[in-house]
Amino acid sequence: MTLELSLNQQPAHARQGSSIGQPLTRRDGFLKVTGAARYAADNHPPGMLYAVLAVSSIARGRVAALDVEAAKAHKGVVEVMTPKNRPALAADPDAKDHPFMFRLDLLQNDQVRYPNQSIAVVIAETLEAATEGAALLSPRYEVMPARVGLDGAESIVPRAVGVGGPAVQHKGDVEAGLKSAKTRIEATYETPAQYHNAMEPHAIVVAWEGDTLSIDTPSQGLAMAQGRIAGLFGIAPENIHIRSPFLGGGFGSKGMISGPQVLGILAARLVGRPVKLVLRREQMYGPVGHRAPTRQTLRMGMDGEGRLTALDHHAKTASSTFDDFFEPAADASHTLYASPAIATSHDAVRLDTGTPLFMRAPGEATGSIALESAIDEAAYACGMDPLEFRLRNYAEVEPMTGKPFSSKALRECYRQAAETFGWASRPIQPRLMRDADGFLTGWGMGTATFPAIMFQAEARAVLRADGSGVMETGAQDMGQGAWTAFAQIAADGLGLDIDQVDFRAGSSDLPNAGIAGGSGHTATAGMAIHNAGAAVIARLADLATGDEGSPLYGAGNEGVLARGGRLYRRDDESRGESYAEILTRAGLTEIEGHGKGAPDPASQEAYAKHAHGAVFAEVKVDPDFGQIRVTRLVGAFAAGRVINPRLVRSQYYGGMIWGVSFALHEEAITDRRSGRIQNANLAEYHVPVNADVPSIEALLVHEDDPHVNALGIKGVGEIGITGTAGAVANAVWHATGVRPRRFPVRIEDLLG
Amino acid sequence: MTSLPITLTINGHRHQLEVDPRVTLLDLLRERLDLTGTKKGCDRGQCGACTVLVDGKRINSCLALAVSHDGAQVLTIEGVANGEELHPVQAAFIAHDGFQCGFCTPGQIMSTLGLIAEGQAGDDPERIREGLSGNICRCAAYGGIVEAVLEAQQQLVKADRRTAA
Repeated sequence: MTLELSLNQQPAHARQGSSIGQPLTRRDGFLKVTGAARYAADNHPPGMLYAVLAVSSIARGRVAALDVEAAKAHKGVVEVMTPKNRPALAADPDAKDHPFMFRLDLLQNDQVRYPNQSIAVVIAETLEAATEGAALLSPRYEVMPARVGLDGAESIVPRAVGVGGPAVQHKGDVEAGLKSAKTRIEATYETPAQYHNAMEPHAIVVAWEGDTLSIDTPSQGLAMAQGRIAGLFGIAPENIHIRSPFLGGGFGSKGMISGPQVLGILAARLVGRPVKLVLRREQMYGPVGHRAPTRQTLRMGMDGEGRLTALDHHAKTASSTFDDFFEPAADASHTLYASPAIATSHDAVRLDTGTPLFMRAPGEATGSIALESAIDEAAYACGMDPLEFRLRNYAEVEPMTGKPFSSKALRECYRQAAETFGWASRPIQPRLMRDADGFLTGWGMGTATFPAIMFQAEARAVLRADGSGVMETGAQDMGQGAWTAFAQIAADGLGLDIDQVDFRAGSSDLPNAGIAGGSGHTATAGMAIHNAGAAVIARLADLATGDEGSPLYGAGNEGVLARGGRLYRRDDESRGESYAEILTRAGLTEIEGHGKGAPDPASQEAYAKHAHGAVFAEVKVDPDFGQIRVTRLVGAFAAGRVINPRLVRSQYYGGMIWGVSFALHEEAITDRRSGRIQNANLAEYHVPVNADVPSIEALLVHEDDPHVNALGIKGVGEIGITGTAGAVANAVWHATGVRPRRFPVRIEDLLG
Repeated sequence: MTSLPITLTINGHRHQLEVDPRVTLLDLLRERLDLTGTKKGCDRGQCGACTVLVDGKRINSCLALAVSHDGAQVLTIEGVANGEELHPVQAAFIAHDGFQCGFCTPGQIMSTLGLIAEGQAGDDPERIREGLSGNICRCAAYGGIVEAVLEAQQQLVKADRRTAA
């Protein structure tokens, strides 16, 4: 995929040799503001039919009857796919051979194991006919009682939480630490099920050409999606071409290919024509993942100086009855606060729900709101300012492992954010501040943290005889700005101006860029790009330094600099020549280099790697009606090297607003009798709208990290939620004197 | 379903169409006229991604049956720029990073054009926030959107003054 870019968004400012670090506007901006950016559902191959899912209206049981005849009799309906005629698969959709593989509902039988599970697909000439056909199926069910809620089933201890993490961990003796403490707190917090609700519903447009597949679908991990589809259909991955130049948001729900997307492929096979299948909004509350609910209990002990003597964090969560993903909420207590004794543990129930999945800061967000609330309670119990208390318990090494941090500018984050916010004038007692209109005003804070993760990625770089460059990696842009940030890294890696680089991404026929997730995409694919650039420059330097006709002859590879499309002798920059001259004299039209991005095992072993931040929030609460508004947010974040400050700031804003949403808005409500989600739509499942968003500021705190990777990148996509949610909750307490113990905070909790 | 004849003027082009009465204006644009810039986020009027201007007013095109707008003038995101030259609202969205994934952006921009035409919000950020709260941005680029609207309004006022002078 190549973006056709207009000249309209070329940066107006002068660059100083480096593209990295410049606040370029988005290179895909012109396409996005003109409606020309083509998302999956915007495709329409010739002869295409429309597929519409029929989904279960029960949570548990079996489909006893479907009126397939009525659906097929409807004008325009071409076919109805049910378990009876669904084309065969090469692999069992219930098989699972690695932790990133999830069981899929692909009409393998008539069982229903969660609400909104696919039970049939209607394929028709028009969307209207397919939609009406799906309604005409009028399913009848044998219904079994639904298992609902965190007390709805027998509790188990999961074998692993998150991706392979131990469910139970400890260091030191927590009970002894609590016993010896001068002050103790214990508190339980509940967080709800949340749904990603990317604006773009999952969609697939698919055409079979013999045994090869042409697919448009949003994916945060193209190579993984390709591998999964290859396995299910028994075809070679290279025979599957997936295009995903733009995702209309992902937040984790487009990390793995979902059941409905695969049903689109099956539908196309069944009818022998291209098919488009787009989920309806309510159909996204089931088969494409969610954030599981939790109930978390924290116990803390403090000595006479407010130092933690023990920290115990237990989280109960829920997964589906048929697959494993357990929200690693308690693990949030591993990294932030120093304590001689720390214990974290998880248990879970299995419910009649779609399998929960990674949702923006999985575990970190959920755990953070509970931990930061409890820290606030602990500070108050010790009679200390919450910032002073956090500084008193500042972790100089990673508390759980004792490893040094690769870098940690958290003190500076606290300082800058507190100063900008004006924290120093905050009274310790709650319910003392009012604004001019009589609204209760409260100030709260939270610490933000997110691990600096890297996956595996590859890139291919080309230099051409005309002096321009190409950089290829199948990176995924879901809004974080991959089209721009990676082009910046590519430009520096190739020693070219960004206008001279043709950056290609968003397609599975390019080198595997790994996953756009875990806040690790920029670091991982960025390092692959950086290394591919270095490899092709090394080849170019070999050509020049070995060529008697070159002013660089004899300089040796280390003795050469690449900048602005020219190589220079490091010891004498007056001697240099252009890439074009070197390649032309060598008689080459182009040369290429390859690079990989991956975590360095030695530094993984030696260092704890995390981004950090501090968030301060102001809320105002109506003293009579209990309505809560966040009026001000200030965050300061240190996350290593910033590739593009404009885009990074936007990531922080987005994350911080997700934090507000976690504290005050989002909640999926399950009907306890039927097990159905009662608010599976964007009116009743509340996400922030423009009027909910306060004055918001994100400060970028300088941080050099020589250990995370050569570029020094950590990751910024998820950290903003952490810290913010707790800061808002703590501000609500400070305004009202009522400690929020369940989220989102409800008006009735404040009025009681 | 019996199709009904309608005429729509979309982005200045007249279309004579035979339309299934079940077809929404949104699906007509997207699935029959290849005007896919207008997005479907919820199909229920809850998210605003499908906002277009009909006879100058912003509406959720997912809630409008195409046949009920026979004779209407429709403006979609594809009709806002003048070729390569962006409308000030579009340029301001880029300059202020008023979007991330871009999926809600066509709706945000059409809603902004509607808001400005309504003349109710002026340069009051609070009223702009309120006036654009029918358009959800899950990436939460709201701050940039409000800045973009403020700047675009200034640009448009300046342009008006130039025209008047």
